[in-house]
Amino acid sequence: MSKPFVDIRHAAKKFGELEVLHDISMQIGKGEIVAIIGPSGSGKSTLLRAINDLDPLSSGEVWLEDMQVNKALPPRQYEKHINQVRQDIGMVFQHFNLFPHLTVRGNITLAPKMLKGISDAEANALAEEQLKRVGLLERIDYYPSQLSGGQKQRVAIARALAMKPKVMLFDEATSALDPELVEEVNQVMKQLAEEHMTMIIVTHEMGFAESVCDRVVFMDGGYVVEEGPPEVLFRNPSHERTRNFLRKHLQGQS
Amino acid sequence: MDFDLILRVYPFFLEAAWVTIQLSVYSIALGLACGALGAAARLSRSKPARAAGAVYVSVIRGTPALIQLFILYFGGPQIGIQLDAFEAGVIGLGVNIGAYMTETMRGAIIAVDKGQGEAARTLGMSRAQAMRKVILPQAARLMIRPLGVNINAQIKGTALVAAISVVELTYTAQRYIGSTYKPFEMFFLAGVIYLVIIYATGLGISYLDRKAALR
Ligand SMILES: Nc1ncnc2c1ncn2[C@@H]1O[C@H](COP(=O)(O)OP(=O)(O)OP(=O)(O)O)[C@@H](O)[C@H]1O
Ligand SMILES: [Mg+2]
Repeated sequence: MSKPFVDIRHAAKKFGELEVLHDISMQIGKGEIVAIIGPSGSGKSTLLRAINDLDPLSSGEVWLEDMQVNKALPPRQYEKHINQVRQDIGMVFQHFNLFPHLTVRGNITLAPKMLKGISDAEANALAEEQLKRVGLLERIDYYPSQLSGGQKQRVAIARALAMKPKVMLFDEATSALDPELVEEVNQVMKQLAEEHMTMIIVTHEMGFAESVCDRVVFMDGGYVVEEGPPEVLFRNPSHERTRNFLRKHLQGQS
Repeated sequence: MDFDLILRVYPFFLEAAWVTIQLSVYSIALGLACGALGAAARLSRSKPARAAGAVYVSVIRGTPALIQLFILYFGGPQIGIQLDAFEAGVIGLGVNIGAYMTETMRGAIIAVDKGQGEAARTLGMSRAQAMRKVILPQAARLMIRPLGVNINAQIKGTALVAAISVVELTYTAQRYIGSTYKPFEMFFLAGVIYLVIIYATGLGISYLDRKAALR
């Protein structure tokens, strides 16, 4: 692999006495799409949230291109630094976290207007462009409460994309959705994959991971147990724990 | 019941009601300001600010409002604070209700889903920006009803300042009892006027709450 785009070096995380991540290192190339799978409590979300410092690491480093995300700075400077870096890291949550007091347009334009100093007209054009991308332009003046779960998540993706991030993080973006709404969100993510967006996707949808991702990382108990291309990891895993997990999981699904 | 008497004295009671309304409005405005400051202090990242907020709330809520008024009005001159009765009433009641409003506002702010702040921060907003544009607008909706409860309590609480001789409704009722010897009629009349003020305020609060809920 060429120079890593996202570089996680010796990441460790403790919540009090509980060690949730043990010395995890992971490199993700530009345009690469990585799935993180693993049982509940294995530390997938914690790792993902360490990338934009939402859950700061106890030790270790996270780099995005040539910038250390979690670099040591005095608090005030760190605030400035991290707010800048986060503009480059889009994040999509399981429960969408749309702003309920704002319309779809307001949700998408709030941060760009506030942080990028663009005009209302530019912000509107931006919102329209991103909504077209997720196929929801006609919902621009709706409130989140007037949308289905799938539509909410697509708006959340559009909101993240409007910041023109360099990488997108997805934390179980479809787990809270009714089964029939999952596909429309997966479609949007597939489209982003085709546009070569760098993506790190925590998911429990093995089929989706297999069809979209370049690489799958299996985590258990705060360790990366095994990683590899989906066809290898899913068809021919080398670790017993991976096999166990996949067996249970595939049974659960069918 | 002596209705003739009521008809004769009610204009004076209406004048007194106007004082009650002024006391209420000013002290509630002061209370909202104290509440906002108190909530900001209690949610601050600075430890001294949090401690100051906590002391304010526990001291005010842990002592009778009447004692607070007495300290301010009768004790104030001893430490160089000279206030007339109305001023002392407004300040005493306002600072008092501010402690309750601190807790109301703080409660509404922390009741906003944690994911809201996270989403805002993830987009690159600072704490202050996330608070102003994402959390507070949602908290504001949540606090209308409970602040309404505080406001209701405060309007009734203005009766306390009769004890420092502010000529408001309760004081006026007491004064007319002295000359008419009709406590039932006088307190009844005062009660009805309180009821009207509180009922009207309640309608206003419900209206605001409904409007906020409509997005
Ligand atoms: N804020 C926190 N405080 C204490 N412990 C936490 C906190 N957040 C997570 N944990 C613990 O860290 C461990 C890893 O949690 P994490 O959410 O990263 O797992 P996950 O792999 O995302 O699980 P799931 O599939 O259920 O989302 C769990 O044991 C969890 O209880
Ligand atoms: Mg998780």
